[in-house]
Amino acid sequence: MTFIILAVIALVVVFVILSYNALIRRRNQVDNAWSQVDVQLKRRLDLIPNLVETVKGYAAHERATLEAVINARNAAMAAGPGPVAQGQADNALTGALRQLFALSEAYPDLKANQNFLALQEELTSTESRVAYARQFYNDSVLEYHNKLDTFPTLFIAKMGNFPHREFFEAEDAARTAPSVKF
Amino acid sequence: MALIFGFVVLVVLVGVAIGYLIGGGPTASVIALVIAAVMAFTSYWKSDSIALKVSRAVPADPTTYQRLHNLVEGLCIAGGLPKPQVYVINDPAPNAFATGRNPQHAAIAVTTGLLEKMNRVELEGVIAHELSHIRNYDILVSTIAVTLVGAIAIMTDLAIRMMWWNGGRTSCEGDRNNGSNPLALFGFLLLILAPFIAKAMQAAVSRKRESLADVSACQMTRYPPGLISALEKLRADTTATHSASMATAHMWIEQPLSGVSDGGKLGFFHRMFNTHPPLDERIALLKEL
Repeated sequence: MTFIILAVIALVVVFVILSYNALIRRRNQVDNAWSQVDVQLKRRLDLIPNLVETVKGYAAHERATLEAVINARNAAMAAGPGPVAQGQADNALTGALRQLFALSEAYPDLKANQNFLALQEELTSTESRVAYARQFYNDSVLEYHNKLDTFPTLFIAKMGNFPHREFFEAEDAARTAPSVKF
Repeated sequence: MALIFGFVVLVVLVGVAIGYLIGGGPTASVIALVIAAVMAFTSYWKSDSIALKVSRAVPADPTTYQRLHNLVEGLCIAGGLPKPQVYVINDPAPNAFATGRNPQHAAIAVTTGLLEKMNRVELEGVIAHELSHIRNYDILVSTIAVTLVGAIAIMTDLAIRMMWWNGGRTSCEGDRNNGSNPLALFGFLLLILAPFIAKAMQAAVSRKRESLADVSACQMTRYPPGLISALEKLRADTTATHSASMATAHMWIEQPLSGVSDGGKLGFFHRMFNTHPPLDERIALLKEL
């Protein structure tokens, strides 16, 4: 009889340990995923000076657009922490970059430049990466919350520091399709 | 999983049949299973290098194949996977495969034909499909399937040879006076049919995993039209992949051998042994997402 009771207690203990560890792993993954988003955003910021220099070589008199891009980049680098401030600076930069690529349509020499093409490819794929990093972050938060809120694990969660995290959401401005004027 | 379970049941049945027919109990089955397992798991361990050498794949240069590398990296971020090695195969037919025992030791290869014929979102869909194979440990699953097929093949082969040498006499106790045992006949039939049944089951497992990879790919990209468009292009393309062989057929995204493509109606036996579901079915499944 005592053997059965001991076995049950042992099973419960094992279950608690495994669940707690699973929660820790998920929480760590969420934090990691959030940092990944920052890595990709930083990578995009690093590509921009090169791009501006290449465009200046062919379209130096398009000063307004170039300056808009540079200012947006500086603002993004100086933006405060936290998803809201980052998001706003990020959107401004995306808008400025879009203008820059639209104007490159008017300069066939620029479009044919290998450097420009490579940079454009890098920027496009970096935008993709930022989007995927955010997607992965949201997926990680979802799995974390699922573990946190479902039945047996939710009691174990009270034992440690397991706050709920925010989902990354698109800004309202980003939901309207951008208009491209030629 | 139900298929693998059924597979194991088949192996057990065959083992029992052999034990009954030639005596000696389960020894033969155990030996066969061990041999098959050793062969299969050796190839599984080395699956990445073997598959790549057989297909004459070369590592993809990051500057020449900048877009390919970028797409792979982006999708690895989406899937939380480490980046696999990227290879290119010089072949005009559009196709791709993934291999490797786990995500840390994985590789994907694409043909130059695929890179030429697909646009960015289609390429992304195909790469997502291959990465999903890696993420779902499909190489491990198919290795288990191959082990079981191999075990059955060895067991039935051994048994038939031993029965032949025995002159058809069984040596089970209590059976010596019984010349026309119907159960023996059934066992014999099972022995002959088992390899076919096993192959069919292996193909069924492969088809299931392919569908799973299709759906996982869409979950990774969150953009089903990309993969749908790629599959539609594959359906329309009739070039045969020359770098494939029967042995590696199961790993590619689309049936690489001409003559088993799914243009018209497939005969019943062709359908049973197909390692990939027909393209029409795959496209229909994805459109429902």
